Amino acid sequence: MTLLPAQTNKKLGLVIDLDVCVGCHACVVNCKEWNTGGYGAPLGDVDAYGDNPSGAWLNRIHTFEVTPDDAPAQIVHFPKSCLHCEDAPCVTVCPTGASYKRSEDGIVLVDESMCIGCSLCAWACPYGAREMDPVENVMKKCTLCVDRIYNDNIPEIDRTPACVRTCPANARHFGDFADPNSNVSTMTRERGGYDLMPEMGTKPVNQYLPPRKKSRPEETTEIAPAFVPKAGEGLLGWLDRALEKLG
Amino acid sequence: MTTDSQRVNTSPHVSDEIRKTTCYMCACRCGINVHLRNDADGKPKIRYIEGNRDHPINKGVLCAKGSAGIMQHYSPARLKSPMKRIGERGEGKFEEISWDEALELATSWLKPIREKNPKKLAFFTGRDQSQSLTGWWAQNFGTPNFAAHGGFCSVNMAAGGIYTFGGAFWEFGAPDWGKTELFMIFGVAEDHDSNPIKLGLSKLKSRGKKIIGVNPVRTGYNAIADEWVGITPGTDGLFVLSIVHELLKAGRIDVDYLIRYTNAPWLVIDDPDAKDHGLFLRDKDGNAQVLDRKTGKTVAYNAKGVKPDLQGEVNLKNGRKAVPSFTLLANKYLDDRYTPENVAEETGVPASQTRRIAAEIAHAAFEKEVIIDQPWTDMKGERHEKMIGRPVAFHAMRGISAHSNGFQTCRSIHLLQILIGSIDSPGGFRFKPPYPRPVSAQPAPHGGNIPNTPLKGPQLGFMRGPEGLLLEEDGVTPQRIDKAFSWDAPMSSHGLMHMVIANAHARDPYGIDVLFMYMANMSWNSSMNSSGVMKMLTDKDENGEYIIPKLIYSDAYSSEMVAFADLILPDTTYLERHDAISALDRPISEPEALCDAIRWPVIEPDRDVRGFQSVLLDLGARLGLPAMTNEDGTPKFKDYADYIQNHERKPGVGPLLGWRGKDGSKTGRGEPNPNQIDTYIKNGGFSETHVPAEALYFKHANAAWQNWAIEMGLQDAPVENVFQLYLEPMRKFQLCAEGKAEPQPPETHRERILNCFDPLPSWYPPFEGASIDLSQFPYHALTQRPAAMYHSWGSQNAWLRQIHGHNPMFIPGEICDEVGLKDDDWAYIISHHGKIKVPVKRMNAVNGKTLWTWNAIGKRKGAWALSAKAPETEKGFLLNHIINELLPPKGDGHRWSNSDPITGQAAWFDLRVRVEKAPAEDEVSQPQVDAQNNPVGTPDQTVEYGKEWTK
Amino acid sequence: MHPAISVIFFTVTSGAGFGLMTMIGLGFPMHNGIVAAFLSYLLGGGLAVAGLLSSTFHLGHPERAWRALSQWRSSWLSREGVIAIITLLLFAVYALIWMFTGQRIAPLGWAVAAGSLLTVYATSMIYAQLKTVPNWHSKLTPFCYLAFSIASGLLLAGMIGKATLILGLPTPTIIVIALGIAWIIKSVWWRRADTIGFSQTGSNTGTATGLGHLGKVRLLEKPHSGENYLTHEMVHQIGRKHALKLRAIAYILGGIIPVIMCTFALFITPVFFLLIAAISMIIGLFAERWLFFAEAKHAVSLYY
Ligand SMILES: Nc1nc2c(c(=O)[nH]1)N[C@H]1C(S)=C(S)[C@@H](COP(=O)(O)OP(=O)(O)OC[C@H]3O[C@@H](n4cnc5c(=O)[nH]c(N)nc54)[C@H](O)[C@@H]3O)O[C@H]1N2
Ligand SMILES: Nc1nc2c(c(=O)[nH]1)N[C@H]1C(S)=C(S)[C@@H](COP(=O)(O)OP(=O)(O)OC[C@H]3O[C@@H](n4cnc5c(=O)[nH]c(N)nc54)[C@H](O)[C@@H]3O)O[C@H]1N2
Ligand code: SF4
Ligand code: SF4
Ligand code: SF4
Ligand code: SF4
Ligand code: SF4
Ligand SMILES: [Mo]
Repeated sequence: MTLLPAQTNKKLGLVIDLDVCVGCHACVVNCKEWNTGGYGAPLGDVDAYGDNPSGAWLNRIHTFEVTPDDAPAQIVHFPKSCLHCEDAPCVTVCPTGASYKRSEDGIVLVDESMCIGCSLCAWACPYGAREMDPVENVMKKCTLCVDRIYNDNIPEIDRTPACVRTCPANARHFGDFADPNSNVSTMTRERGGYDLMPEMGTKPVNQYLPPRKKSRPEETTEIAPAFVPKAGEGLLGWLDRALEKLG
Repeated sequence: MTTDSQRVNTSPHVSDEIRKTTCYMCACRCGINVHLRNDADGKPKIRYIEGNRDHPINKGVLCAKGSAGIMQHYSPARLKSPMKRIGERGEGKFEEISWDEALELATSWLKPIREKNPKKLAFFTGRDQSQSLTGWWAQNFGTPNFAAHGGFCSVNMAAGGIYTFGGAFWEFGAPDWGKTELFMIFGVAEDHDSNPIKLGLSKLKSRGKKIIGVNPVRTGYNAIADEWVGITPGTDGLFVLSIVHELLKAGRIDVDYLIRYTNAPWLVIDDPDAKDHGLFLRDKDGNAQVLDRKTGKTVAYNAKGVKPDLQGEVNLKNGRKAVPSFTLLANKYLDDRYTPENVAEETGVPASQTRRIAAEIAHAAFEKEVIIDQPWTDMKGERHEKMIGRPVAFHAMRGISAHSNGFQTCRSIHLLQILIGSIDSPGGFRFKPPYPRPVSAQPAPHGGNIPNTPLKGPQLGFMRGPEGLLLEEDGVTPQRIDKAFSWDAPMSSHGLMHMVIANAHARDPYGIDVLFMYMANMSWNSSMNSSGVMKMLTDKDENGEYIIPKLIYSDAYSSEMVAFADLILPDTTYLERHDAISALDRPISEPEALCDAIRWPVIEPDRDVRGFQSVLLDLGARLGLPAMTNEDGTPKFKDYADYIQNHERKPGVGPLLGWRGKDGSKTGRGEPNPNQIDTYIKNGGFSETHVPAEALYFKHANAAWQNWAIEMGLQDAPVENVFQLYLEPMRKFQLCAEGKAEPQPPETHRERILNCFDPLPSWYPPFEGASIDLSQFPYHALTQRPAAMYHSWGSQNAWLRQIHGHNPMFIPGEICDEVGLKDDDWAYIISHHGKIKVPVKRMNAVNGKTLWTWNAIGKRKGAWALSAKAPETEKGFLLNHIINELLPPKGDGHRWSNSDPITGQAAWFDLRVRVEKAPAEDEVSQPQVDAQNNPVGTPDQTVEYGKEWTK
Repeated sequence: MHPAISVIFFTVTSGAGFGLMTMIGLGFPMHNGIVAAFLSYLLGGGLAVAGLLSSTFHLGHPERAWRALSQWRSSWLSREGVIAIITLLLFAVYALIWMFTGQRIAPLGWAVAAGSLLTVYATSMIYAQLKTVPNWHSKLTPFCYLAFSIASGLLLAGMIGKATLILGLPTPTIIVIALGIAWIIKSVWWRRADTIGFSQTGSNTGTATGLGHLGKVRLLEKPHSGENYLTHEMVHQIGRKHALKLRAIAYILGGIIPVIMCTFALFITPVFFLLIAAISMIIGLFAERWLFFAEAKHAVSLYY
């Protein structure tokens, strides 16, 4: 079971567009509220109103500052949840079989009733995508909203991950990467989607779209004048001609 | 062996019922689907909150705050019952009392005031969405002292927009996201239109259109902008006017638009010594005159067939002259003062960048015209075959408005929009119904103070000129406690909430008996000088009485302000009460549809709390306010729901637009419908009526729009809306200051009125910087809204407080190096007013002279049911402690408020500071305020929300 | 990485226990007799079991620990559990026969020894397999674990056994050699750890975010202002000075003192000095193991 499926029929995952993520944390909190009453144990919080509040979350937003050599520093808001890797090391290290990758769609899940809470999978994940629940002591991770995307109890249009549905900037997209014509495959192709830490050999399914090129202050463009001033024409002289044109 | 698919139930039961209402985790007012599911005891509990896909505002999305509604609704900081103070003010010691006792107590305080001297009641409300009710209540009470939070929030935007073109950013308009070619956003971190802006930005991105962010800080929206203008705070006016300079120089303006829709051709009297110098030339009927190019004569601007000129000079009788206002305008901005090079130093924007942006604006506006095949007819009866748009859109908010030059800066931006012809043209900025609504269609402000008598009109409105100022007989003393509509802030359309406590404490202009506040954390994050304000609230006079004798407050949670109240009227949460987001106030419309919405109790309160609006109506009846009492003295309205459905402002027009008429068949106008609220509930909690295609653009001059607006009850007759590039009321104030017109301002005020009340958009340096030694305070310090927190409300929220539990001061790298600071060090931030100690975070993506932090994260110990050493109290901090509500003394004896001189807008972002390294010591931020008592009890520290539904 | 006491205790004690079992299984001369055999069995098996038990303390759900045996095909933790149990069972059989017959069945002993070493190897592979922690992800890691296991096993065996000469050398000398080898490997391991960073994989904040091509990438704000499971578990950082001090302690208690004690043991009261050597070594190994975790940098730290 903790052997990875040789191949999955679908490769479901997310595209995250760093060009539009404004770092609003909407996906973070909506994910928490969906999942805390849903799949597996609730997402617990400890010291919730105390000195060191902390809790389990399946998705978090980091904020990076990127300083190019020759342009002003810029900010990139960076969402991160499980990338549902093809070669998921978190699965193969799991001693209990609690962690598994679904052969039908590639979703990586934890069967929490089997999890002993050994943390090994979290250690094996390079991305920090797994978190131990501080109250229930089982490993939590993004489920790709497996309890939404196939759920007959919710309208078809809503059968998409909570974070995708809620993202106000439309920075998150859900789809099947095994289908070269899917929304996510197309976007990845067209926008130069990339893997996080490809060198770790995890073959992440989720893809990140890079921020687009920014204008620089020193770039110049000349304004195209509406008229060519005539010699000796007063400052408002051209207005006459403009008004003339209007009739 | 089980297969993978058998290991998990992919179709679990989600909820038992979905109730649709309106979010109020902030003032954006998104539609939400509240999923309810029974808990173990069979009682409905909130399972999940998601955005309502059909809703005009959020179209299904939901922000972090909205998604954290569960934790807000079940917050341990919720007040549980009415309370009477038993300790000293500020201690937070209370005893619980019954509602009857609470309301009787309030009545006993308020009744004598109404009978003798109504202005001794000051009633001020926060960011509630029922101003049409609270204002109406206050008007009925008869006190001039009413306002909501607009004065310290963004009145510069509202007033700047309405005075200029009859609309405004955010509430009254929006960018044409679907058609614009170039979008510029000034001074916005988050804004009220939280979700729509994000939806809009994403639309621009997917359309591949350019976004330019003008902001000293490059986070959030500015982080994703394609270009960042890292402007020096308070200088946007110069930057924009420099763009105007470039456009004028190149003739890149929409002359046709200016002639049709603006007062650019109106003739301005040029007779330097005359009483009317700078006013419009008008005929007997008061119609402004223009110079007709065909005849060379002056005629009324609205005469049939007139072809007005924009330049030239008209000789009048007695050697007087007049020139089109556009000539003044062009001469002013074509001056070298405004070349990109000449503003670069002050604005911090390289000339190349200003110049290129001007070129890009011109290119988008004039080379990428949007043409919609939709004939329309203007108000003069001229038919246009197409709608031709200038697809450049702007948006701006508090980075512009929260400066003492914000009104003029805001007008400068509007000037730019109008010069290129982009207001309500396809691809530009669009009005949201019921707007446009120019000053002529707005009420004037009303004063008055007659015992037992309602005011003749609403307290708030738009000042037309000096003659309307609300002054006492002496012509100097303000009528209002906040000095709104006085010489201090003549056009302060939203009042000056930030001055109420300070003025009442200084008994300047007078003392008050009762301060009644609602939903405003005025002892803390919503005041300037928080420590000072706390002292003012607790100071006693020589008789040992509090200087502000009685304080009634309605909050839903155990906030900092609660500790200072004598009587607490506990409100429900937003999921437990009725609300109307009404067209009488600020509805939820989007440009293409007139929309309003309700809230309703989707879950029953489990505490002894009542919706404040119902309480206010009850109180009104107990006080015998005419509009709230029947002939026989019984209350007219059972509760707020009853009011929402049955109140009529004028026949057929009430709080809600949808499903009016006895059978619910009418929209906008119609008799009350006894099933109106139920119908709203069935329809997702909102109503949406689409604007006819012919009326979608150019609403300021569109006949179809006018007809439709009248049909909908938004107005009773056509409203003419000529954009006021040259703002005559401003000139009238200047004439007074010049000594040429009555009434006369006090000597102290003359100079600043002369300098600031330029009838053409202008720039002057922000006051705080202009009145201190800048070598002592070389830097700017600002706050930004975190997207995932709403002011102080969020800290009680178990989820949100994990995201923002404390706030560092972000300090530019160069300043860090100069002062010797690195991440996690501590620093003193020192202003002319005070000093705070804060944790440091180095940052480069920021204007090099600007420090910033997240707003309202710091908390007082004991508030919000948090532990005493909560990170919010120990590492979090408020910038407010070093912002003064008064400007540094000028030696003229006048208490100058730290506000825009025109609108009274609080100048939060004028703050100037220096930075010093501080010893880390105990790693606790300073100042620390003594703990307040927690009246709601200590909560469970472990939260496992939803456990009953999981296996 | 966050150094969890239970895991440190586990690796050190079970390492020592399996080391001793290895020695016994290989036929290290021991006192005979039911009691002596039983005590030898108890020490080796007991340490191993205590370590294994302690490792369950850091589990979120120790009551489900049995499940950890199921995934031996892919998981080193599972393999470790399975091999450990088989080895302990074999050792029990070996010990029972030894106790009641006085016979130490050599092939069975070899199996125990092989099982013990495999167990220690499996333990080490739990860490060594993790690409995410470059300090650990090295062939040297199993060598370290095995070498320390063998050295501590030898020390314990020398202490309770009756061998005076092994492979022709005095037992304490052999122990000193084993200790020396272990610490040399560890020194090499440390040298590598000090220089490795993420050079092995070439990871940095740039590759972690994929933003490296734009410029220098640095975290401005953590996702949440407070700590979380990840920062606590994986982004634990210890000061360089502190680490050097602990390394010195590890060397002294785990290496130098045991060597000195072994030298004494060459001349007088071997059992006494070997006992002190063993205690000192175990404490030293605690320090070494604490550092093993505390100094390890996890890839997740690139995001923080
Ligand atoms: N330094 C700095 N200070 C600022 C600003 C800034 O940019 N920088 N911005 C200013 C601006 S624009 C504003 S608008 C103010 C905001 O200032 P406030 O409006 O005072 O902000 P809140 O913290 O939201 O406080 C509102 C109060 O309403 C209470 N409340 C919440 N929900 C309900 C409810 O349902 N019913 C009732 N009755 N009460 C409720 C909360 O508990 C809280 O005590 O802050 C101002 N202060
Ligand atoms: N999540 C969330 N949303 C909110 C609120 C909240 O508390 N939280 N509060 C609501 C309220 S009451 C209000 S008033 C709105 C305010 O919404 P915003 O207008 O977005 O207000 P601020 O966060 O104060 O952002 C002001 C921005 O202006 C920038 N700025 C400051 N000075 C200047 C300047 O001189 N020039 C320019 N160009 N930029 C400048 C600051 O860097 C900052 O980015 O947000 C509303 N929405
Ligand atoms: S909701 Fe969307 S924009 Fe907001 S942080 Fe998440 S991904 Fe970014
Ligand atoms: S991101 Fe981490 S948890 Fe998710 S599949 Fe990849 S390795 Fe496993
Ligand atoms: S923590 Fe749970 S899911 Fe992770 S490896 Fe251990 S048993 Fe498997
Ligand atoms: S897919 Fe679902 S579980 Fe995963 S981050 Fe999004 S909301 Fe959370
Ligand atoms: S923006 Fe967020 S908090 Fe505000 S109303 Fe919408 S969902 Fe609620
Ligand atoms: Mo505000």
